[in-house]
Amino acid sequence: MSASGPRLQPTIFELSKPGRHSDKVPHPPKDALNRLPAEHRREHAAALPEVNEPDAVRHYVNLSQLNHAVDTGFYPLGSCTMKWNPKVNEWAARLPGFAQLHPMAPDAVAQGTLQLLWELEQILIEISGMQAVTLQPAAGAHGELTGILMIREYHRSRGEDRTDVLVPDSAHGTNPATATMAGLKTITIKAATDGGLDVEGFRAALGPKTAAVMITNPSTLGLFESRIGELLEAVHEVGALAYMDGANLNAILGRFKPGEAGFDVMHINTHKTFSTPHGGGGPGAGPVAVNAKLEPFLPSPRVLREPDATFRLERVGERPASIGRIRSFVGSTGVLVRAYAYLRTHGGSGLAEITDDAVLAANYLKDRLADSGLFDIPFPGVCKHEFIASASTIKKTTGVRTLDIAKRLLDHGFHAPTVYFPLTVDEAMLIEPTETESIETLDAFADALVEIAREATSDPETVKTAPHSAPVKRLDEAGAARNPNLRWRAEAGEWTPCPD
Amino acid sequence: MLESLGMASVDELFADIPPALRSSPLKLDPPEPEQVLMGRLAGLAARNRVDLASFLGAGAYRHFSPPLVDQILLRGEWYTAYTPYQPEVSQGTLQSIYEYESLIAELTGMDVVSASHYDGAAATAEAALMTCRATGRDRVLVSRSVHPHYRAVLETYFDGAGLDLEQIPIVADGPEAGLTDLAELERRLADASQPVAGLVMPQPSFYGLLEPMAEGGRLAHAGGALFVAVVEPVSLAVLAPPGAYGADIAAGEGQSLGIPPQYGGPYLGIVACTDALVRQIPGRLVGMTTDVEGRRAYVMTLQAREQHIRREKAASNICTNQTLLALAASLWLAAMGPHGLRDVAALGAARAKELEDALAAIGVTRVHSGAYLNEFAVRVPNAAAVHRELLGRGVLAGLVVADAVPDEPSLADTLLLCATEVNTSEEVVAFAREIAGVIATLATPEATAA
Amino acid sequence: MVPADLRYTKDHEWVRLDGDTATIGVTDFAARQLGDVVFVDLPAVGKSVEQFATFGVVESVKAVSDLYAPLTGEVLEVNEELRSNPELVNGEPFDGGWMIKVKVADAGQFEGLLDAAGYEQLTAEA
Repeated sequence: MSASGPRLQPTIFELSKPGRHSDKVPHPPKDALNRLPAEHRREHAAALPEVNEPDAVRHYVNLSQLNHAVDTGFYPLGSCTMKWNPKVNEWAARLPGFAQLHPMAPDAVAQGTLQLLWELEQILIEISGMQAVTLQPAAGAHGELTGILMIREYHRSRGEDRTDVLVPDSAHGTNPATATMAGLKTITIKAATDGGLDVEGFRAALGPKTAAVMITNPSTLGLFESRIGELLEAVHEVGALAYMDGANLNAILGRFKPGEAGFDVMHINTHKTFSTPHGGGGPGAGPVAVNAKLEPFLPSPRVLREPDATFRLERVGERPASIGRIRSFVGSTGVLVRAYAYLRTHGGSGLAEITDDAVLAANYLKDRLADSGLFDIPFPGVCKHEFIASASTIKKTTGVRTLDIAKRLLDHGFHAPTVYFPLTVDEAMLIEPTETESIETLDAFADALVEIAREATSDPETVKTAPHSAPVKRLDEAGAARNPNLRWRAEAGEWTPCPD
Repeated sequence: MLESLGMASVDELFADIPPALRSSPLKLDPPEPEQVLMGRLAGLAARNRVDLASFLGAGAYRHFSPPLVDQILLRGEWYTAYTPYQPEVSQGTLQSIYEYESLIAELTGMDVVSASHYDGAAATAEAALMTCRATGRDRVLVSRSVHPHYRAVLETYFDGAGLDLEQIPIVADGPEAGLTDLAELERRLADASQPVAGLVMPQPSFYGLLEPMAEGGRLAHAGGALFVAVVEPVSLAVLAPPGAYGADIAAGEGQSLGIPPQYGGPYLGIVACTDALVRQIPGRLVGMTTDVEGRRAYVMTLQAREQHIRREKAASNICTNQTLLALAASLWLAAMGPHGLRDVAALGAARAKELEDALAAIGVTRVHSGAYLNEFAVRVPNAAAVHRELLGRGVLAGLVVADAVPDEPSLADTLLLCATEVNTSEEVVAFAREIAGVIATLATPEATAA
Repeated sequence: MVPADLRYTKDHEWVRLDGDTATIGVTDFAARQLGDVVFVDLPAVGKSVEQFATFGVVESVKAVSDLYAPLTGEVLEVNEELRSNPELVNGEPFDGGWMIKVKVADAGQFEGLLDAAGYEQLTAEA
């Protein structure tokens, strides 16, 4: 940031000056486009910004400094696993052999990447306790769709018409949205009073129409579903399959293998558990692991290892039972290279330690907040890698809400936890410290929360109007939605002053 | 920490896992120090061949990327942030997405651009699903000149959603060969008993041809359907944008905006639409607003369309997207500028024409006669064998079309070739020489027997 | 603030009956629960709505809620003003924020709905 702190920036369109540029490529022959028929030619050039290299670089460097990021500070965003992103991952993905390889290149010239992908599949098979893996899905939700489509195809192949997907009410919104995309109907099952699965509630809803249950384990409350064994039995008894949302895999590496326990399919978020960076919202990758029942239906193409230890991709149409393609080419290989680097770095013993440390950090932080007596801890027992705190009491006594506390945390240099999720807990804060934070950071964060809770009583107005030291104050979100301004037009920015 | 929890062993933290469900230990290799890991990765990367003279495009395009692009992308403030849930400390990401939306809106001539989708194929599928929601109809037509992977993904998504997808053939021969069969298209759209929600056509097509988009759009609208244009963004520097020929939705692959090929991803799915469809567009949208003190600021908006609020009634299940790739594309566009972008498109066109001429001189000619920008198919006897043989000579002779599209008999024994500004004239000359040699060798009886 | 001359549903819609024309909206309580309303999706004129079935959707910045018809009937008019000024639902829930007018099929349904006292009791418990 500039010595005086981060500065808001005008749009890059406002920096544009006619004719300004830095030459990057040679000029083409003047007649290069003459052969294009007039009806296909663009009449008016696109009004893209004209800037030179210093303009562009300063713009994007200054903009970057308006962001909180893992590289700048603690990011305890529950259910997102904002752990450290090792720098060697970035180096690996940029090796020209990986980065410059064309996705339609023949197998013969892609052996290094194909081997990496195949080995990555083997590692994920071992971690998940499943039988096979597809690396094709581009994100967790994309993996969910892949998994549910495979389940649908499985039932179809057995001549069964099953339409229902049972989802607990604490689930991520992607679960019910996925069921809809796969043409299935969501049935929401309320959680039991202890926050865990209501197995009886599930039993009552399970039947010949049930295609699948989708369970996040540990749950979005940060609790291990200790009755999962019973539920899986009941699910399989009625001929349905069990999908595990692997969003919280960081809590169970080496402790619980979903495939061994009886899940039929799960997705893995490499950008959560395996340290591939979140990129401001993406990219991720959502490999899906399946057991033998679902293996025939995996998306194509799969990576195959030949008897002579060479690798190849499945040919078009080679495996007719497949659900088909779920995206173009092979997958987000650049992301998968990073995940592979991470998995190799840690190995079997290191992965188990990751989980131990992540769960230890979460329990430590939970206890510190519980000891303060200022926050509600609705589920006081042992948590997994994340836990719920609530400002329900603070709100009743001071009028300060979870949202205000989240905003005030920004003034302390911390990112806020996930707030108002899951929807089932009043004034929820879902806090996930991850294994890569030091005890000093955890203590400083707990101290900040305690200070804010006290401030809610002593000076509620300051908390309610936070943040005070961020680049901007609270935003007019209602105005943004009522009169959407979704793109720059020359006249569009004039109603608000351009930052200087 | 363990001590402060009053625990003797970390195992106590896992007492909630029922013993019967506790897993066997992870049977994986031991941890690897960074130096060793880097040696392993460098070794794997070296097993790939990226030193070939390549004329391969087919949906992923190599372009010059100025070093500033990757240097900015390596700033941790960009790549280690997450979805801007707290806008006050995420203005960088939010403004960068707003600028991306604006840049793509300019290029495509559309009003609204989503913050990004997984790739061109998923973007096309989402666009096709939009047409069904917007019209209340459940049947979409897609031209067989659309990338085969995109059509395969459309099949997967449509089968999942219980919607109908019909493929419109391409013309087999004559002056319109390779283009979407408009007569057949008109027949299908005229069938009032089966109303069509949307028509999906590419520009340029998978075969590199310039499609009659204005005519496709006119036919779609006459049938009460929406028109989806699948576009390649670099080409939009010089080709008429979707907004100019009446497209309701533009979808496409943004990889060509300076993102390295990376064996398939992460890429950048583009979805853009008219204002009329803003409530149907899936994925995040960022808008400009103000903070309580009147400062210009940016925020995720119209979120009630999305899965985290609307759950089973959401327009899509998309959550994680490709924000960093949208930033990469913006950086690349800013670095190139409008003139640089036009130069890139024109250089590709020029180099491709050199390639066409050089090949024609040795008797290898185009399959189709329609106009193209920088990619075209050529007929080569024994195409797969020629392609394989050239690989041994350091040339990646594009794509064997039959490998990707085995169900298009008119394109048996063809190669799909592409040139961009990264191909040199020397490469073009060398390629023509080598392919002439290989064709001659393979034509001799001994070689065929082998 | 619960007008005495209206009837209410458990889902927080209100209805005013003039002859066989019912005017329908959501209550002040509902508007406050939703927060700043940013969009209201309403049925087309001529559509029929069925008692206790959904007839539209109301969105705020961070929530979305289905709208349930208090009565069965045919939509005569929708409040076009809400397209450009959805905030009327917050500002004037019982007046300018009305949503649809319906030609009622069975006026008897009106009597079966909650009266002001009953609705007030319901929201007091919430």
